[in-house]
Amino acid sequence: MSSDESFFKVTGLSYRYPRRGVVLDQVDFELKRGERVALTGPNGAGKTTFLHLLVGLKKPKTGQIWAFGKTRNDEKEFVEVRARAGFLFQDPDDQLFCPTVLEDVAFGPLNLGKSRTEALQIAKDTLTSLGMAGFEERITHQLSGGEKRMITLAAVLAMEPDVLLLDEPSNALDVKARQRLIDTLLSLPQAMVIVSHDADFVDQLSTRELRLENAALMVI
Amino acid sequence: MPEFLEHSGTSWQGQKVKHHRSIVDHIDPRLRVVMASLFALITVLSQSFLSLCVAVGVGLLLALLARLNLKRTLRRVLAMDMFMIFLIILLPFTTPGETWFSILGLSASKEGFLHAVVILLKAHAVVLTLLALIGTLSATVLGHALARLRIPDKLVHLMLFTVRYLEVIGQEYKRMRRAMKARAFVLRTDRHTWRSIGYLIGMLLVHSLERSERIMDAMKCRGYQGKFYLFDDMRLSQKDLTFSLIFTPVLCLLIGLNFL
Repeated sequence: MSSDESFFKVTGLSYRYPRRGVVLDQVDFELKRGERVALTGPNGAGKTTFLHLLVGLKKPKTGQIWAFGKTRNDEKEFVEVRARAGFLFQDPDDQLFCPTVLEDVAFGPLNLGKSRTEALQIAKDTLTSLGMAGFEERITHQLSGGEKRMITLAAVLAMEPDVLLLDEPSNALDVKARQRLIDTLLSLPQAMVIVSHDADFVDQLSTRELRLENAALMVI
Repeated sequence: MPEFLEHSGTSWQGQKVKHHRSIVDHIDPRLRVVMASLFALITVLSQSFLSLCVAVGVGLLLALLARLNLKRTLRRVLAMDMFMIFLIILLPFTTPGETWFSILGLSASKEGFLHAVVILLKAHAVVLTLLALIGTLSATVLGHALARLRIPDKLVHLMLFTVRYLEVIGQEYKRMRRAMKARAFVLRTDRHTWRSIGYLIGMLLVHSLERSERIMDAMKCRGYQGKFYLFDDMRLSQKDLTFSLIFTPVLCLLIGLNFL
């Protein structure tokens, strides 16, 4: 089952909510190195749920999740998955919880066991590489929407992940901030899963597109 | 709460409020916390008028040294006074003692009045000192100073998270309130108003709970396993020594005045 080219392999994945009913029914999915997979579908189809399942924030009712060379079942096994698959949340305010930008970006590296000096250096380098140098001491909740988005991206990239899981990253961004995000993402080597409703955003970024509708994944 | 005071109730963010740089800013945050706490403790335990008057004087002096914004400080002190006003009014009538004057058959006692004045002095001395020494710290720095003073991690994180998300929750409140106004909602004293405000508060709680779950998820995604890290170094300097050398005798004086 293992192959060096795959990061994620999912078979027979199902999930249902108590009231919303079945949102995923026997879904298969694979993410290979260098791919940028767009995931589209109507509101409430279960796109975010799918991403949460990939990193173990929710437990599937049935199905297997194979990630980074191993089958993952319990919380402990998913800790490593989360370190290697950077998750960008829909609302940047959920992600930026530290008072200052630098602390927030350094939070991930510190959790990965880096020393204080290393973590700070990584945080500064990551910010610089995204063109956000000079934001280190800024207060997170006083940033603009576009700035918050770039900082959350920096916070995720600081952990040097192999995969990026992006949950509606272009939400509420203006034209300029959105194009900046697209250019930045295009320059990154990571494989990505991009949940988005923004057709043009998807066209510019994705290498293939999947549609989640009626609890099934369809190739477009 | 009246509109102009509503602001001071919910918007303490420390960092957002600009204040003039002053000599107080050079003192180590930990020392400021410790000294302000000692001062508050001594003031609250003091009973003599002289000592309390000196304490208010010290508070005023510190406020001047910290170059506090006059308008903002007044507003905050006023917000506190609103809290205490009923106490002050009721105390003379509820404390037994020599009759001072009487209204509608209720007699006000002199002891009660003096007691009220004592409480008033204590409160103002402590609040002025807190505003001068601790109010000028940004919330983050205060959190870190507390952590370095070995205050339990959980409490410090509770404070830092509150500071971080108070603004977000406050904005959510304002957004929903605006949306209500946009649909012609006006505050009245009727069942509809009570119910709507109840919904508003309930919704705010639900949103906050959901948000806290999302934050926890986001933290887990970045490898959080229950431990936080502090960055800044805090070192005591010559200025801190000078401040201690001046402030400690003042504290001793305050204690001493009680025994005159």
